[in-house]
Amino acid sequence: MPYTYHTDDDRRAMLEALGITSEDSLLDVIPEKYHLRAMLPIERGRTEPEVLRMLGRLADCNAPAVRLTSFLGGGIYEHTVPSAVKNIVSRPEFATAYTPYQPEASQGTLQVIFEFQTHISRLTRLPVANASMYDGASALAEACLMAAKITRRDVILVPNALNPRYLRVVRSYVSGQKIELKTVPATDAGDIDAAALQHELNERVAAVVVQTPNYFGVLERPWDFEKDVHAAGALLVASADPVSLSILRPPGEYGADIAVGECQALGNDMSYGGPLVGFMACKQEFIRQMPGRLVSATKDIDGRDAFVLTLQTREQHIRREKATSNICTNQGLLATRATVYVSLLGEHGLTELGRVCYERAHKLAAMIGACEGYALRYRAPFFREFVVACPTDAGAVVDAARKDDVLAGIPLARYFGASARNLLLVTATERHSDEDFEKLCAALKRASLVKVG
Amino acid sequence: MHDDRFAQTIYGKSRRGRHGYHIASRATEAPRDLPGEYLRAGRIGLPEVAEPQVMRHYVDLSIKNHHIDKDLFPLGSCTMKYNPKVNEEVAAMPGFAGLHPEQSDDDAQGALAVMHALEQLLVAISGMDAVSPQPSAGAQGEMLGLLLARAYFADRGESRRKVLVPDTAHGTNPATATIVGFETKTFASGKDGRVDLDVLRATLDDDVAVLMLTVPNTLGLFEPQIGEIVDLVHRRGGLCYMDGANMNALMGQARPGDFGFDMMHFNLHKTFSTPHGGGGPGSGPVAVRSHLEPFLPTPRVIEKDGKYHLEYQCPKSVGALHSFYGNFGIYLRAYTYMTRLGADGIRRASSTAILNANYLAARVSGKFPVPYGERCMHEFVATGEPLKKHGVKTLDVAKRLLDFGFYAPTIYFPLVVPEALMIEPTETESKETLDRFADALLEIAREAVETPEVLTSAPTRTPVRRVDEASANRSPILTVPMDSPTG
Repeated sequence: MPYTYHTDDDRRAMLEALGITSEDSLLDVIPEKYHLRAMLPIERGRTEPEVLRMLGRLADCNAPAVRLTSFLGGGIYEHTVPSAVKNIVSRPEFATAYTPYQPEASQGTLQVIFEFQTHISRLTRLPVANASMYDGASALAEACLMAAKITRRDVILVPNALNPRYLRVVRSYVSGQKIELKTVPATDAGDIDAAALQHELNERVAAVVVQTPNYFGVLERPWDFEKDVHAAGALLVASADPVSLSILRPPGEYGADIAVGECQALGNDMSYGGPLVGFMACKQEFIRQMPGRLVSATKDIDGRDAFVLTLQTREQHIRREKATSNICTNQGLLATRATVYVSLLGEHGLTELGRVCYERAHKLAAMIGACEGYALRYRAPFFREFVVACPTDAGAVVDAARKDDVLAGIPLARYFGASARNLLLVTATERHSDEDFEKLCAALKRASLVKVG
Repeated sequence: MHDDRFAQTIYGKSRRGRHGYHIASRATEAPRDLPGEYLRAGRIGLPEVAEPQVMRHYVDLSIKNHHIDKDLFPLGSCTMKYNPKVNEEVAAMPGFAGLHPEQSDDDAQGALAVMHALEQLLVAISGMDAVSPQPSAGAQGEMLGLLLARAYFADRGESRRKVLVPDTAHGTNPATATIVGFETKTFASGKDGRVDLDVLRATLDDDVAVLMLTVPNTLGLFEPQIGEIVDLVHRRGGLCYMDGANMNALMGQARPGDFGFDMMHFNLHKTFSTPHGGGGPGSGPVAVRSHLEPFLPTPRVIEKDGKYHLEYQCPKSVGALHSFYGNFGIYLRAYTYMTRLGADGIRRASSTAILNANYLAARVSGKFPVPYGERCMHEFVATGEPLKKHGVKTLDVAKRLLDFGFYAPTIYFPLVVPEALMIEPTETESKETLDRFADALLEIAREAVETPEVLTSAPTRTPVRRVDEASANRSPILTVPMDSPTG
């Protein structure tokens, strides 16, 4: 039997020590009528080679983006994962450890989290960051709950250009708290309509959410309305892309009270959208309202530098129904990947990454703009993702391009209905060559000739 | 520089102008067409370290961890079993790891097949009717369970406000109730550590939406009257949720659906061997009976004529808890594990886990009594109470175990046992390891009498000794400050 290995003698000795003759008697406490007589209706066990063959065949039934020419983004990005990052996180010392309840035997995990918190703090320019959240979507949802608790208000303003998949999660999370979500429209340039936002601000508003770059790739101008938000007594919650923060103005410098985001792009696989890893950072004064784990530097009794979980009295295992959240893990191993990734790229490499993504996306946008019938939908600045207005149904364009082994992008009608029928969200990263761009443009040109019925 | 407390961090190893990893093959420049107000001014403040240094730094950190590939990790309720390496090989296959979640269902047939097959296995093991694997962890599974309950009652025109939990419940149960907008009512366990039917009857009313129960409970005890318990709640119109954290005791032996539960969550990272990763990622699929199925989150994986698709059109659905389909990479690992074991192996795993826990309990209970129950399931809760007269606390026992090369059990939980040591060895430990651990505990009991100072000053063989949690709580230092010498 895989992974259990008592010999017959072992079992006999153990049963003897218990004064019983059969393991089955240990299950006598379960009433007879519940005992499963038959085997579960699942198959026999398999050897490792059999399992690898079977799952290998299933893997081959997929056509993964990494084997095609992909321009998909929408919150999940294909970036290079350095070999060193993969190597470190495959170490069982990180992979098979658990929550560092005993700090003396968990300094590795604790220090990694401390470095993660520091990386996030520097990228966001906010003084406090936690040990990570399930994903960017739930991190934003938790930030909304946190803002409502801090302000004791019950309306959250969310932009129309918020990642629609984040919005679904936020909706589920706030549904238990009688919190109302109100949508703020976008201008024709693709960013938040500051006048409309101003109109919605009142004494019920707990937080204004700004996502930048937003779902359309467009960069918001939160500094234009930050003062209004705070003057109304609301908090500014920023959902930010950590890769973009390498070159863009960070949330802490435009007055955000809480910043959240998704760290998948920092050294993690796309893995069909999960597991992911969210981050949360905030101003010093909100530290005790923050959900999730926190690691602090401290000393041991001999005066050596050490790290420890801290402010646990916020957490569910101590505070129970009064906890700041029910979250009881972080995304340890993915946060470790992100930590090592940021350490390895460092100041220089991460800046380079941000610049290259920006340059690649703008080059591609210019090339697509030069294709007959295709145009950029929004004129506001963007980072590594942008919306293309197609001459025909964007879904049909995607289907046609797929025949050329190109994943052209995300048709926005998927989330924004018929009015977005011709719109396509296209992403470029450091992984794209000029040849990839030419391939996409050729596919787009061919696709525009396809008749849509 | 020498007195800088952050010198040992990656920031302390940074030197201006050193490069780690290059993304571009030639020099880059800041975007020229972007107005300055959009751009970051000045440095980010990230470290500058070369790749060999990064490797040494993190390898050096890693060896300061205890982990399951090193030795026993007896954390009760956490099911720290061996994490098979083949799981990792499968999860890393480019056909899975390189799949983008916005790809078409046609491009993801293999992934959807795995999700569907995993759901079917969990249906079989739980005795329920349908599964949503979407929650990212057990706590999010609980949240989904309570969202389902609320939607179910709303659909029936009822608005029940209370969630009942026993005093032995995991902290996540009441915390989840609050986040979903329920009120928690905690009731006392009976003298035998199990649910007392009279207490439950007296606590129940028509405002109770859900009873949340961990089975076996956090004392490692099965509830023989489970059928009656569930029945009582159902008769008052409430639903029953099983916290499946301890499913390692039941899989292949008995099914929560047969007990009458309406819903439950699994912890794939506990029961189905996926690595805990220093605290995640986990995965907390929820299984439900058919009356709750219409409310499950979307998308759901639907099979039709051998083809799979993601279905979003479920009008009564509670929505979503994850931006995509949950922790797919964890499904792969759990599915690989279940496929390796098969029905027989799954059953053998749980019976061996129970045997190991009972054997260990029998070996140590002379010195560390087990107040509740002669026999346990997959874990047991012992007490360090007898050592108190020597000035030794359970915390000291836990710290001393680190010196013996083990991790410590879960301590001071559940709250109904004073000086609690909650011990779960799992099925993947040999008799030799169990004996070594038992010997260590007995040795510690002897030290408590003869040399208690050894315990109160433990650990001494770990990378650091006891750490100052109090000052960290008073004034936490959560980052390397920008103005520190290494900043």
